[in-house]
Order: sequence, then structure tokens, then C-alpha cells
Amino acid sequence: MIQQILFCIALGIAIFIFSKNLKFIIRNIKLGKDLDVSDRKPERITTMLKVAFGQTKMAARPIPAILHFIVYAGFMIINIEVLEILIDGIFGTHRVLSFLGPVYDFAIGFFEVLALLVLVSCVVFLVRRNVLRIKRFFGREMTSWPKADANYILIIEVVLMTALLKMNAADYLLQQMDADHYVKAGSFPISKALFVPFFEGFSAETLMLIERVGWWFHILGILAFLNYLPFSKHFHIIMAFPNTYFSNLDAKGRFTNMPEVKKEVELMMDPTADPFAVPAPDTNAEPTRFGAKDVTDLNWRQLMNAYTCTECGRCTSECPANQTGKLLSPRAIMMATRDRLDEVGKNIDKHGEKHDDGKALLRDYISEEELWACTSCNACVEACPVNIDPLSIIMDLRRYLVLEESKAPQELNMMSTNIENNGAPWQFSQADRLKWAQES
Amino acid sequence: MLNVPTLAQMKASGDAPDVLFWVGCAGSFDDRAKKITKAFAKLLEKAGIKYAVLGTEESCTGDPAKRAGNEFLFQMQAFGNIQTLNAYEVKDIVTTCPHCFNTLKNEYPELGGNYTVKHHSQYLQELLNEGKLSIEGGAFKGKKITFHDPCYLGRANGVYEAPRALIEKLDSEMVELKRSRANGLCCGAGGAQMFKEAEKGEKEINIERTEEALQANPDIIAAGCPFCNTMLTDGVKHFEKESKVKVYDLAELVAKAEDLI
Ligand code: SF4
Ligand code: SF4
Repeated sequence: MIQQILFCIALGIAIFIFSKNLKFIIRNIKLGKDLDVSDRKPERITTMLKVAFGQTKMAARPIPAILHFIVYAGFMIINIEVLEILIDGIFGTHRVLSFLGPVYDFAIGFFEVLALLVLVSCVVFLVRRNVLRIKRFFGREMTSWPKADANYILIIEVVLMTALLKMNAADYLLQQMDADHYVKAGSFPISKALFVPFFEGFSAETLMLIERVGWWFHILGILAFLNYLPFSKHFHIIMAFPNTYFSNLDAKGRFTNMPEVKKEVELMMDPTADPFAVPAPDTNAEPTRFGAKDVTDLNWRQLMNAYTCTECGRCTSECPANQTGKLLSPRAIMMATRDRLDEVGKNIDKHGEKHDDGKALLRDYISEEELWACTSCNACVEACPVNIDPLSIIMDLRRYLVLEESKAPQELNMMSTNIENNGAPWQFSQADRLKWAQES
Repeated sequence: MLNVPTLAQMKASGDAPDVLFWVGCAGSFDDRAKKITKAFAKLLEKAGIKYAVLGTEESCTGDPAKRAGNEFLFQMQAFGNIQTLNAYEVKDIVTTCPHCFNTLKNEYPELGGNYTVKHHSQYLQELLNEGKLSIEGGAFKGKKITFHDPCYLGRANGVYEAPRALIEKLDSEMVELKRSRANGLCCGAGGAQMFKEAEKGEKEINIERTEEALQANPDIIAAGCPFCNTMLTDGVKHFEKESKVKVYDLAELVAKAEDLI
């Protein structure tokens, strides 16, 4: 009984904190500008199923793809068992689903095999990060927290899987002893081989203790994990789905035509438009800012991208600028956006909507040098396993620099002047545009 | 000398072309790119295509301005070009520049310019398939050719096959680069980088790319973009390999096979 009460309290607290954190994140994402992506639903669902569920973009690197798929599928499937754990925990039952008979036996055995595979994969991942030190996991933006975050998650997984197997081993032995409460159910191929030999000869009390500790550890671990997610790159296990669903379906080369610029250009170019007949300015409307200076100038999809980033570095490792030693790293762009958005969100919670902390995404988080190193090649977008678009953020920040601050590199200003005056980025006269035809 | 009809001339004689050849700024002014323009014009002529250019009525699509963040200038350019194109009732466009291709195809429609736009690799492939051009003779027989995917043709627009189909028709040996197609490495010119010094770093991007291309040990590096062409040509010079390895545009390769240049 006391266990039931404790369990319900733990569950309640976990759900409460999780929903609070989730609300914080959803609110933050909504700070972004509007974007209509309600079109092409079937295509969006297919994209989500392929990229998030089927992880098709991981295939470019087969070894991590396989390991990642094991951990992902294993984790999802093993969590079916959590359903049983929840029922058992609330009602004080034990292995409530065991009435399923052979199906149950098979399932438990299968979960054990998966648990072992997940465990091994996580160990390999830890080795790749910490012993083999694969280049992609390092870099300027991979400071101590992101590195630790990645390791914590892997260690938690290893611990959780071990707890599960230990619990099963003890359970199995208790079943053999015909202990009260322990129904004979399940098959335990892995725990039998790995842990039972150590537990042989233990008293029923000790075994019960081991079983209970394993059980509690497993479920508390999962609840803790749930609440760790929103602060971690591991949030992608949830965010990957909406993020791919809402991702860009157009040609990657198509950049947005800024509607606010279009309005002005039309006004300028339309000979019939009376420049003084501009409708009376809406005094309540915030002045539009061209491009993005801070996270709130980005659209909600770009902000969702930031919360989805797994910090895997596939983008950065494909980035031509980064590969040739430039400061730019598309992963750093995403991490900076997330950090800044968290900060803005916390400020709002503390000081209210209108608070200005005097900081911005541009310069405080992302430097001009990074922005001007981008070739707009789309390699980062192509590489991202969850369809994140770092390039669009780079472009919006550039737009702000140029349109609001006139801060382009000098050579680019010259290029613009040339286009304006001669219709070409170089100093050639438009009248000479057909000269090539006369030259042999 | 080439006889290159302009849209204005055609219109004056009450005629209209089947396709507009959008030459682009590089193709009009850059000495290296002009050769590509001429090669392609000769191919159009040989295939008996009724084409025209805008000539002095053409103006920058605005691509470099847009990628440099100057959306205002881009839309001004787009506005002007769309007015010209729509006044001539242009429907089909072919261009030798993937940047013009991308901008005209993807970014102009929303601003009122709706055209069927093709990159010259796609157009040439069609001409060959329709039998309007046929590659004879073995100018490239036994030659090793590799292809550098332009970002704005490949990743940006998913065109990977047409350039390769052309190279295959040349009866040469096609070797793929390590990073090709969707994984192709940029030449370093995109995003208006062509017009500025690179930010500080350890290496120039075009050197990195050319290094990789040279590792494939080709006789010819094929490009499909005037800017990639410049970047790779500079790269080959950097490694002092210009006597051994040539950088050619796809149009130049086909024109050479046709004995036109
Ligand atoms: S688009 Fe820019 S940031 Fe992305 S890979 Fe290319 S150069 Fe790097
Ligand atoms: S943006 Fe995508 S590819 Fe880059 S680190 Fe984040 S998840 Fe990985």
C-alpha cells in the first residue's frame, strides 16, 4: 500500500514538472513570427514517417545509423513494458499483463534481448565519444555541458537497462521459489544468463529487495529521464516528429521573398501609386524589423528547429566553411538560438513580456564573422537527420545586418552598388551585355 | 561571328522564339564564362532551335544580392526583369547559370514571373534525346572526366542526372568525386562569396574542393556553373596542374564533341 501511494506521488510530481517545462518550451516557440504550414498534409505525414520514424537520413552514416536505430526502437518497444509498470505501481499488482500467457512470455523475452542490444549500443556510443573521440563530437560549441549532456543520457540508458535485467533476474528466482505475489510469467533469456548466477542462493527477502530496488530504479529513472528531456539535446526524441512534419517541402534553393519588402517595392515601382496616400500608420502595430536581430524576429519553425537539434554535428561536419577552418558552424547557430530563446523565455517569466535585457541573438550569440562565412550551399540542411534548416537563420540575420544596419562587408556593398547601377555585380555597363556575341 | 537574335529584334519582325536563353551576368561579362555562353549558343544554332536573348534588356536576377541579405535590391531586380519577361510573353527559359536557374525557377513565381526554366544540362539532354543533337566522333574517348555538382543545381534543385547523362554520352570514363551529388562539396562561390574575400580560416574552399577533384586523377573536371568553373580553374592553377587537367563546362564538352569549338 505504502509503495502504491509513493508511486502515485512520484508519478504526479513527474507529470506536473514535465508539463510545466513543456509549456515553457511551447510558449517560447510561439514567441516566433507566424508561418503558415497548414498545406500539403499527406506529403508532410510521409516526410515525418520517413525522416523521423524511419530515420532515413541517418543512413548516410551506416554504423551510427544501426546503433541509433537499435537504441531508438529498443527504447520505444521496451517502454511498452512501462505501461505494465504503471498499472502495477498504481494498483499494487504484479505483472498484471501476464494473463496474456505465451504472448507475454515472448514479449518479456524479446524486451530482454532488446535491453541487451540497447545496453551494448550505448556502450559503443560512449566509446565513440570518449575513447575514439570522433571529430564530429568536438568543436568550439561543444563546451562542457553539451558533452556531459550526451554522456549523461547514454549512462542513464545503461543504468536503466541494467536495472531492468536485474529486476527480471530476481523476479525469475522468486518465481522459482513460488514466492507469494510473484506469478510465474515471462521468459528471461538474458537476465538468466547475466545476473541469475550471481543471485543464486540469495534468500527470498534479499531477492525481493533486489527486485523492488530494480523496479523502483527503472520507473523512477524513466520519470527522471522524462524530466531531463526538456533541458537536453535528447528532446529530439519528441521534437523530431513535429519538426519533420512542419519542415520545408520546397526546393532547398528557394529562399523566402520577404513580404514586407515586397510591399515597399511594389509601392516604389508602381507609377500609379501615390506615395503620400499610404494608409494611416497603425499606431498599435510594432514597427516591422527587416530580417532578424533576436530570436523573436525568427519564425516559430526556426525556433522549433532550435529545440529539436540533437547537437550531432552532421551539419557542421559537411559545412564547407567549417571544414576549411572558418568560425561558422551550423550546429553552433542552432545551439545559440536555443540558448538565447531559453534566456528570453526565462526573462519573460521573471520580468514580464516587455523586459529588454539589452542582449540579442546577433552579436551576443552569433557573430558577423560566422554569418558572412556561409556560402548558402545547403549542405547543413541536407545533412540534418531531423530536417533542421540552419541556413534560414543565417540568412535572416544577414538580412537584418544589411537592411537595418547597412553592415555588409565592403566588397558586398560594392557589388550591390554595381547591380543597382549597371544590372550586374561587376562594373560593366549594361549596354555591353551582348558584346560577347560580337567577339569570336 | 555568331548571329544571336534578341527578343526585341524578333518582336519587331513579328516573331517570337521557342526559348529564351538567359545569359546571366557571368555569361555576359566574365571572359571565361563568355566562352561557355558562346559554346551553348552554337549548340542551339546547330540544333536549329529558334532562340533569343534579352541582350541589353537583361539585368542581374538579383541572386547575389538576395544571398548577401539585400532583399530589397533583389526584389527590385526581380520586379524589373519580370516586367521585361512578361512584356515579351516569355514562357520558356534556358540558362547556363544554376544561380539564375534557381532564382528564375523558384523565387520569381511568387513575385509574378511564371516560366518553365531549365538548366542547360537538362536542355542539352533533351536535344540529344530528341535527336536534334547527336554526339559523334570520339573527341573524349578514353578521357577521364569527373563532375562537380553545383550546389544550386544539385542540392538546391535536385538535378543530378542530366549532367551525368551528358558526360556518359561523350564516350568517356566518368569518375565520381568522393563527395558528390547530395553530398557534393561547395566550390566556395555561393552565397555571394564570389564577390568578397573569404572569412579567415585555414584554407580556401575552392582549394579543398580542387584537391579532392585532383585525387580522382581526371583529365577533365566538368562544371555546370560559371562560378564553380572560375573557382575550380583557380584551384587547378594553385596546384599547377593546368597543363594536365582542364576545367570545362558541360556545354563546352558537348560543343567540342560536335566540333563546334
Ligand atoms: S549553407 Fe552555410 S552553414 Fe550550411 S553548410 Fe553551407 S556554408 Fe555551412
Ligand atoms: S542541426 Fe541537425 S545536423 Fe546539425 S547538429 Fe542539429 S540535429 Fe545535428
